[in-house]
This record gives sequence, structure tokens and C-alpha cells, in this order.
Amino acid sequence: MDKIRPHVKIVDDFLKKHESKIKDLRFMAHLFRKSLLSMIGLILILTLVIVALFAPFLASQHPSYVRVSTEQGTTVTEERWDIDFSQKLLPPSAEHLFGTDDFGRDIFSMVIYGSQTSFRICIIVVAISTLIGIILGGIAGYFGGIIDEVLMRITDVFLAVPYLILAMAIAAALGRSIDHIMEAMIIVWWPTYARLMRGQVLAVREQQFVEAARSVGASNSRILFRHIFPNSFAPLLVEITLDLGAVLLVAAGLSFIGLGASPGTAEWGLMISSGRIHMFHAWWYVTFPGLAILLVVLGFNLLGDGLRDVTDPKLRR
Amino acid sequence: MKTWEFIVRRLLLLIPVIIGVTIITFTVSHVIPADPARAFAGGPKAQPDVIERITKELHLDQPLWIQYFYYLNDIVHLNLGKSYLESRPVVDSLAQYFPATLELTIFSMLIAIPLGIVGGIVSAIRRNKLSDHITRIIAIVGYSLPIFWLALMLQYAFAYQFPILPLEGRLAIGMNAPSSITGLYVVDSIITGNLDTLASTLYHLILPAFTLGFATLALILRMTRSSMLEVMGMDYIRTGRAKGLSERTVIYKHALRNALIPTVTVTGLSFGGLLGGAVLTETIFNWPGMGRFAARAVLGFDFSAVMGFTILVAIIYVVANLIVDILYAVIDPRVKLGGG
Repeated sequence: MDKIRPHVKIVDDFLKKHESKIKDLRFMAHLFRKSLLSMIGLILILTLVIVALFAPFLASQHPSYVRVSTEQGTTVTEERWDIDFSQKLLPPSAEHLFGTDDFGRDIFSMVIYGSQTSFRICIIVVAISTLIGIILGGIAGYFGGIIDEVLMRITDVFLAVPYLILAMAIAAALGRSIDHIMEAMIIVWWPTYARLMRGQVLAVREQQFVEAARSVGASNSRILFRHIFPNSFAPLLVEITLDLGAVLLVAAGLSFIGLGASPGTAEWGLMISSGRIHMFHAWWYVTFPGLAILLVVLGFNLLGDGLRDVTDPKLRR
Repeated sequence: MKTWEFIVRRLLLLIPVIIGVTIITFTVSHVIPADPARAFAGGPKAQPDVIERITKELHLDQPLWIQYFYYLNDIVHLNLGKSYLESRPVVDSLAQYFPATLELTIFSMLIAIPLGIVGGIVSAIRRNKLSDHITRIIAIVGYSLPIFWLALMLQYAFAYQFPILPLEGRLAIGMNAPSSITGLYVVDSIITGNLDTLASTLYHLILPAFTLGFATLALILRMTRSSMLEVMGMDYIRTGRAKGLSERTVIYKHALRNALIPTVTVTGLSFGGLLGGAVLTETIFNWPGMGRFAARAVLGFDFSAVMGFTILVAIIYVVANLIVDILYAVIDPRVKLGGG
């Protein structure tokens, strides 16, 4: 049997080798399912991921993408939505679920496409800053000494300036665009992860299994990648989940000020900003994009809280 | 370590952080822009002669490290450049707008701290009862809300649909500001005995202060609740109950004092969020503070103003954290023993 279906054996071996870890994960999943709020968070995020993925099927209007050249001489892709003034500022109806904006565009469709932009911002910003943070924090914590001292003083300085304001200044220096907002936010966000990772490495470094690995002659990189990083994963995951929401809030705030996409793009912060002057005669214009932001951030926060509760051994048993 | 030694140590540690902050703001203003001279001269609409003048004024044709020393020298002499939108030194604009932001921040703290602490205590004492669930929902929604959207929704509800509060501004239209002593309208109108102005100021503060403070309220609520729950499980609380102390004494004298320590830290840290939130809140409520000034500067390519605001806020934040650290050492003697 084994000779005919070798993959079965591989799976069996894998299951046997990781038996305790799988048991642990099962137990966490069980705890997670028992928590109503965590499940609401998970469902919110899953729903929104599906909305973002299937936007072309859910929306009734669709943007077109055109390449335009900027003042700096580079070309960028800009999002364009059809304008129809005969349809402007219509209240919610069966045809336009969330009403229309001042250019007659369907707000429901823009909110749906906006989820793609939002997820893109959150994921790119958090992924790149986590990567930078893990590498620098890992190095600082593992090697210690002067490297550690210098890196930590640098993070101190970054953390000494409020997020939104430093990101605003950097984005203003780079010029207006969503990409620049993301770059600014990565610059602002990585120190958080560097510190978290460093703390984890310091805690794990002194554990017996790391000592044991070192005593049998494992190299620095092997110890870092095989022993220390996997054991630092849980707190990092919690922080990442909670930060996805925080990143969206700051990015939307920067867009609202006017640092993000050019007017007319399906971006939630920007939509609220353009709807502001119409608020008293077209409440739907600012309400729905804002609700979308609230639901996504709420989802990430509930999910993050739930993950923290099940991964923190102090709270668990 | 004595308290004063601790304070001196912290003050000395402040110097490298402030130098570091100036390196960051220098990098942001002089290194990151593709063309710093153009950025300082007003962005895309900059005139060639202005660009040339600014290049000379800021020594932008010199090597970077020389530029940095000129930059530091300017900061030390409180020269943050000229605001392009307001045609006056940035320092003058910031000085004019600072009190309005300070007043707004203080009032948002005055709303957030007591409500947050009381809510947290109630939530912890009545764990898993209805009031606990309600406060927990308020807490989690509170820090998931986009602050600018909350501001707009509150305006819609309380200034338009049920017009019981003013839409924007610091005073009723047509009312004169109290003679400027501190710049804080509430304080100034009390000093000058002008009760009408005082009433109008307070009335105009409600919505923006609540908006700005709501996220902090949520944070304090959550922190107080969880640290209350942790403390209530400690041995000394059981001892207190066992020796027959009333529940009141146990909660307010024994538990709360210890539970408030993490709350102080969180409050200090949330100050940075408040300063950031002020940019959005002030813009929406047309509040004449530094935040609105900065947001307008961003839109109007007033680069000196944006950078001046950033430096000032960074320094305020660093000092605020220092104060929290010291406060922390005073209420929790263990901090000093740990060697800081």
C-alpha cells in the first residue's frame, strides 16, 4: 500500500511528528469557536475578503483604469468611474443600494471596490513592516551588544512621534498618492514590530531548547530560523491582526486629509472626504464608506483579541 | 534610587531622543522630497526665483550634514521658516493656534479619563452582566471607529437632525473672544468674568472634545476593566474580604489603587493619538487649532508649516511621556527600584 501511495505515508509521518502541536492547535480552535465575539470578527473579515475578491460580480458599476503621466514624468495607473450628472445624489434605492454621489456614481459599487484598496493597503503595509521588524528585531535581540543598543535607540526615536503625524509629514514630503501613504506608513510602523520581535527573541534565547541546539553545534541562522522565530510567532500574529485595523484607520485618515488617491477613486477615506460637503442633503454619501471602515477595523480587532485570548498561555488554562 | 535622581536621569535621556527626532524631521523635510527647495517654495506652483531664494536661505546647495547643523541652529532659535499660506513665521502661527488645541485636548481627557475609569470599574465588578457587555461593546467600537467619521455622524445627529449643539467653531458667531491671557477661552472667560463667553465656549467644546476623546475613553475603559479583574483575583483582596472589610473598602481602597497603574501608562501613551486625532477633529469642527492649521498646510503645499507642526508635536509628545514616566514612578515605587 505504502509503495503505491507514498504521499499517505508522508502525511502520516507529518501527523505523527507534529502530534502535540496539532493537538494544541485543535484546542486553540476549540477555545476560539467558543468565543462569540471572536467568531463575529472572523465572519466579518471572511465576508469582507469575499466581497473584495468577488467585487466585479457584486458591483453594478465598474471602474476603468487609465495610464496617465504625472508632473514628475512617470506614468501611473489611475482609476476612473463613469460620470452621469442626471443620476447625482440619489438616495438609496433598489437600483442604487447605497445611493449615488455628486457625480452620479453608484456608492455601493465604490464601497465594494474600495475594499480592494483597503485590504491592499493593510496587507502591504503590515507585511513589509513586519518583515523589516522581524529581521532587525531578531538581529538586535539575538546578537545584543552595540547592534541592539543602536537599533533600539532608533526605534525609540520613531516611537517618540505620533503615528498619524509622522506619516502625514512623510506622505506630504513624498507627494500625494496611495503608494506614498503606504510607504510613509511602513516607515512609521516597522519599529513596533522590531521591538516586539526583540523582546520575544530575548525571552526565547534563554530557554533550554535553544541552549540544547547551541550545544549540539547548530549555527546562528539555524537557531534563529528553526528555533527562535517559530516560537515568537503567536504574539506577532496577535499584533499583526490588531495592526491591520489600526493601519486602515490611519490610512483612511490620511486620505481624508487629502494625501491619498486623486479625487474620484474608490477609496473609503477619500469618499468620506468628498461627501462631507453634501452631508446634510445626502447622508448616505459619508455614512456607508464610514460603516465599511468601522466593520473592517472592528473585525480585525475582534479577531486579534480572540487570537490573543487563545494563544496567551496565562489566560488559557 | 531617589525620586529626584530618577527625574534627572530621565531628563538626560530626553536629549538623545530629541536629537533623534530632529534627525527624523530633517530627513523627512530635506532628504525625502525629490526636490526640497521646490517643496519649501510651495510645491508644484513654486516660482523659480522663490526656489532660488529658499535654496540659499536653507543652504540646500551644501552637503547634507552641513544642512543639518543649519537646521538644528534654526530650531534652537525657534526659526521654523515662513508659512507660505499665512505669510508669517510658522512659529507665530503655531503659537496662536496652540492654546485652542491644548484646550480641546484637555477637555477630551476630562471626558475620557473619568468615564473610562468608572466604566471600567463597573464593568469589572459586574463581570458578564448586562452593563459589562454594554461597556465592552462601547470599548471595542470606540477604538475601531474612524474618528473623522464619528465627528461627521455626531454633527449630523446633534447639529442637524436634533440641533441641540453647535455645528462648528469655538464660539457662537458674532461673539468676541475673551481678552487673551492664556489663550484658553474657558480660563480667560473665567478670569475676565464673562459668563456668556464661558457658556458658549463650553457649549462648543462638547462635540469636538467627545469625538477626540472617544478612542481614549475606549482604551482606558478596556485597560481599567482588565487590570481591575486581574487585581481582584489577588491574594491581598481575598485577605481584605476575609478579615471582614466592606466590599466598598476592598474595591476602592485596595483594588482600584493597584488597578490604576496600567491605566496611567495607557493614558500617557494615548496622548500621541489625541494629537494625531486633533488634526482630523479640528478640521471637521473648524476648530482654530494647530491640527486644522497642519491639515490646511498639507493641502496647500505649505511645507514649512507641516514640518514645523511635526517637530512641535514630537517634542510635546516626548515631554508628555516623560511626565507620565515620572508620575508612574511616584505612584508605583517598584519602577524606581527596577533601575529605570
